[in-house]
Amino acid sequence: MRKKSASIGRRLTPSLLAVSIALTWLIACGRHRAGETNQPYAHERPVIQNIGSDTMVNLAQAWAEEYAAIEPTVSVEVSGGGTGTGVAALINGTADIANCSRQMEAGEIAKVVATGGQEPVQNIVGYDALAIFAHKDNPLDEITIERLAAIYGEKGPVRSWADLGIQVPGCPSGEMILVSRQSNSGTYYYFREAILGKGVDFKLGTLDMHGSKDVVELVSRTPCAIGYSGMGYATPNVKMLRVARRPGENAFAPNVENTQTGEYPIARPLYMYTRGEPKDAVKKYLKWVQSEAGQAIVRATGYVPVVKEAELRAAVEQGAKRQ
Amino acid sequence: MRRRRWELISESLVEWLIRLCGVSAIIFVFGIFYFVFREGMGLLWGGRFSAVQFLTSVEWYPTSQSHVRYGALALIAGTFSVTLLSMAIAVPFGVGTAIYVSEFCGPRAKETLKIVIELLAAIPSVVWGFIGLTVMNSLIIKLFNAPIGLNVLNGGAILALMSAPIIVSIGEDALKAVPDSYREAALALGATRWQMVRRVLLPGARNGLLAAALLGVGRAVGETMAVLMATGHSIRIPTGPLDPVRTLTATIAAELGEAAVGSDHYQVLFIIGILLFSITFVVNLSADLIVRGIRGNA
Repeated sequence: MRKKSASIGRRLTPSLLAVSIALTWLIACGRHRAGETNQPYAHERPVIQNIGSDTMVNLAQAWAEEYAAIEPTVSVEVSGGGTGTGVAALINGTADIANCSRQMEAGEIAKVVATGGQEPVQNIVGYDALAIFAHKDNPLDEITIERLAAIYGEKGPVRSWADLGIQVPGCPSGEMILVSRQSNSGTYYYFREAILGKGVDFKLGTLDMHGSKDVVELVSRTPCAIGYSGMGYATPNVKMLRVARRPGENAFAPNVENTQTGEYPIARPLYMYTRGEPKDAVKKYLKWVQSEAGQAIVRATGYVPVVKEAELRAAVEQGAKRQ
Repeated sequence: MRRRRWELISESLVEWLIRLCGVSAIIFVFGIFYFVFREGMGLLWGGRFSAVQFLTSVEWYPTSQSHVRYGALALIAGTFSVTLLSMAIAVPFGVGTAIYVSEFCGPRAKETLKIVIELLAAIPSVVWGFIGLTVMNSLIIKLFNAPIGLNVLNGGAILALMSAPIIVSIGEDALKAVPDSYREAALALGATRWQMVRRVLLPGARNGLLAAALLGVGRAVGETMAVLMATGHSIRIPTGPLDPVRTLTATIAAELGEAAVGSDHYQVLFIIGILLFSITFVVNLSADLIVRGIRGNA
């Protein structure tokens, strides 16, 4: 028999613990289901669900806002969460357009088809130059792909700034803090493939940030750090390193010109995927995104447009006249 | 007569309602238990999953293209290190505050303190995480000359701040539950206030204080968002408080949203959930046994 004199605290223990566990789980599950509640309304004002890459979320938001002014009858709802989230939403049919900072894998395409969709259609909507960020006090200015692989690769020999012959002010221990992304971000996939090579994994002990902005934010506050993120997220408090393909070759800064000419070595296309050929509002939206007007926004948000510079300038001037 | 019947009906109605409330907690717990086990089961018995690797390897490569490895040792070490440090800070401070609030301070200071402490409990964990990511990071780098400020110390300090309010309020209840006659008896025997606290109140409120500490542990083990942001989210076995780590909960939060439903990665995250369940179960059970043991001896 339980004694009546047991203190309140003691009686509360099991139930409160249970509730706290329950809440933790509900939150975890809630995150997972969040995408499914926003079913597009079929007959009202068309809503385009645009989900995916964290790298592209600022860009997609800018497109959506601009498009609302041009086409007020259509509403574009943008959410991020990562390329994986976008692909998952495309597979279960809650997204009209999935933003991907990498190509869809064969298995993912098969899943879309298996859930009753047509083969996903790929649209290149811009380019992202992946920049290598270091603290602004770091004396390093350029780096080669090979060296990056030695820093980030699972069996890479470089473990400290001293291994590169560098003394970073504000970093007395010389330990190299590797800032990376969570293991299912598109940026993580791209960096792994482009820098480390096929089948090579990251070193254990990287700090896996949960967003492109967080990487830059952390590097700007941490003298020992090095990190990679989209070029569009640069701030005045960090330094972007010039990157060379091979030792002895010229190193190029991450900017629009070098990306369009293909000289900057770590740039990747940004994709928008649809379930089968896009129709009606979605088709119109994608066409606009790839037009000069849409591509001018790519440029304005710090990414690299698909369209050539001269055509863009014309579009920007036209836009200025219209306003 | 009629009134009496109505009273009888409403009485039993309320009784049933309360019984339902009581039972619902059990239903919820078992429901969640079932859900988590069902999602993780496929992999657990599927033959592709090695429990030995899961518990002894630090190599967590859930999305590797050449060699997928699910070693959670570093995550387990991360959770334990952060929890341990946070309790080392929060328990002495929390119990000390509880003693001060219930025994030493005047009614005015008491009211103010209680309001402020409750305010501390009301701050959302994302805000704590943000403070850890920005303010504490730079502070720890400067103060300790550490290479990185997102580490066990950062996460532990934030968790301590988050769990201290619980420890204070439950601890204060426990101290209040000690009958005043004990205090009067101690003081009548010529004890100083400190002697009274140490020799009479603390032993008297032992069970309640232990419960308070364990609730704090529960909070610390289960907390997700703040540790995700403040600990650096880095897979390694910590060798000191200035090493970044990654916890079990943070791993689930960071990866579950993007793991395809039903995939191995998804299921292994639920196995981590089962592990978390087991940890809290063991903590709870041992607390129960300890308290029972204390009571048996007394």
